[in-house]
Amino acid sequence: MSVGHAHALFVHGHSRVHRLPAHVKLVALVVFVVAVVATPREMVGAFALDAGLVSGAAAAAHLRPRSVARRMLIGAPVLAGALLMPVVGAGARVDVGGLWLSLDGLWGAWSVIAKGTISLAASIVVTAATPVPELLAGLTILRVPAVVTAIAGFMVRYLEVIAGELRRTRVAMASRGYQPTFAWQVGPIAASVGALFIRSHERGERVYDAMVSRGYQGRLPQLSASGASTRDWVCALAMPVCAAAAATLAVIR
Amino acid sequence: MSAPALEVRGLEYAYPDGTAVLRGADFHIHPGERVALLGPNGAGKTTLVLHLNGILTPDAGNVTVAGLPVQPSTVKEIRRRVGIVFQDPDDQLFMTTVRRDVAFGPANYGVTGAELERRVVEALADVGMEGVADRPPHHLSFGERRRVAVATVLAMQPEILVLDEPSSNMDPASRRELADVLAGLEITLLMITHDLPYALELCPRAMIMNHGRIVADGPTAELLADRELMSANRLELPLGFDPALVRPADLPRSPR
Repeated sequence: MSVGHAHALFVHGHSRVHRLPAHVKLVALVVFVVAVVATPREMVGAFALDAGLVSGAAAAAHLRPRSVARRMLIGAPVLAGALLMPVVGAGARVDVGGLWLSLDGLWGAWSVIAKGTISLAASIVVTAATPVPELLAGLTILRVPAVVTAIAGFMVRYLEVIAGELRRTRVAMASRGYQPTFAWQVGPIAASVGALFIRSHERGERVYDAMVSRGYQGRLPQLSASGASTRDWVCALAMPVCAAAAATLAVIR
Repeated sequence: MSAPALEVRGLEYAYPDGTAVLRGADFHIHPGERVALLGPNGAGKTTLVLHLNGILTPDAGNVTVAGLPVQPSTVKEIRRRVGIVFQDPDDQLFMTTVRRDVAFGPANYGVTGAELERRVVEALADVGMEGVADRPPHHLSFGERRRVAVATVLAMQPEILVLDEPSSNMDPASRRELADVLAGLEITLLMITHDLPYALELCPRAMIMNHGRIVADGPTAELLADRELMSANRLELPLGFDPALVRPADLPRSPR
């Protein structure tokens, strides 16, 4: 199925990664992340292998490193938080460039940064190579409750609509000279958010009426059930199996 | 005379706060007819539409669709027979792609596989939107979204198509394209509109609703030419538009 330049996260392409069924990619992602998280933090070589695997997947999906790096900024707050761990951590301390830092904290920070970064990068590869509707269909195939996929679908569908309403409200406020400078001028923004909430609630009722008018009786029909071949599974699971093997070897040793 | 495709008898409805909206609406529409429902804001037009497929339940009166009364036991079949296209296409199109949205209605009625795909393809072809099946609705223009909204209902193969303000917020070209689509459909049609030239162009018959009742019912050109009636019901023709100057050949013809 070609979805074109459908959603903000999706990067159009025809690579092998793009062509894999969404539910196969989701399973591979979850297994890979579990393997990465289960890897002992001292096994730096295993993390290097994991990072290499993600880089390979990104390259196979024809994703530009710059684009992946930009998307990874979403994890910056967590990584910034991790950097505090060596400062506030307890236990033995070591001299690092003139700073006395906690050894446990350093390892903790490394663990969070390495595991978080690799897992986030893997998620970015999957979301960039899979259209959102297919991801939702994949979740349905994996027996995620219909109400969860329905809520996710509505969120994707109406995020832009609500953002557009918020944008128009802000333009209308600015057009009447509203330029908040101080905290006590925030009232109109709060009022506009409240009005937006009411409008969204009313829209929800109208959407529900439109759904019921087309026969909706509390359960969204299953509209997609693309199968996966053995080759698809082997191809997708190769990466998490390597990561899991590395983690297992590290634990055994 | 054929049996009515839609029959509304003595319909009354009040909001929970007691405000009466419908005060005994009466009318019927025969198969193949194209009828415009005109009236000022607050006349009860949209509330009436929500009774046609059982979304709202009347306090008194009844609705019958091709002989089938609207009641809890029949409401599923009624909703297949009465296809409603709501005013805001963003309310109608809630799935992540056009294809899924058009498939939503028939899939709720157990249509699957190749038949479902055929319905989707045909409905999109009927509204001239074949090329957008895999696009998300919010990436379409407003006019395109409205045509797709019509397709979502056509895919259910309804017996009556009900449109709530189909030409509102449309640029002239989109308005024209939608008119061409609607004119080409062989289906019973009830169209709520404030766009009086649109009503004249597409519907040989019109009804005027005010204060919860049908206060006039007749050939669209005649109703629009009745200045007293129009004025009494807060209806105004666009500046310079005279229904008497429209050539009979350009007017839609009644099927009967």
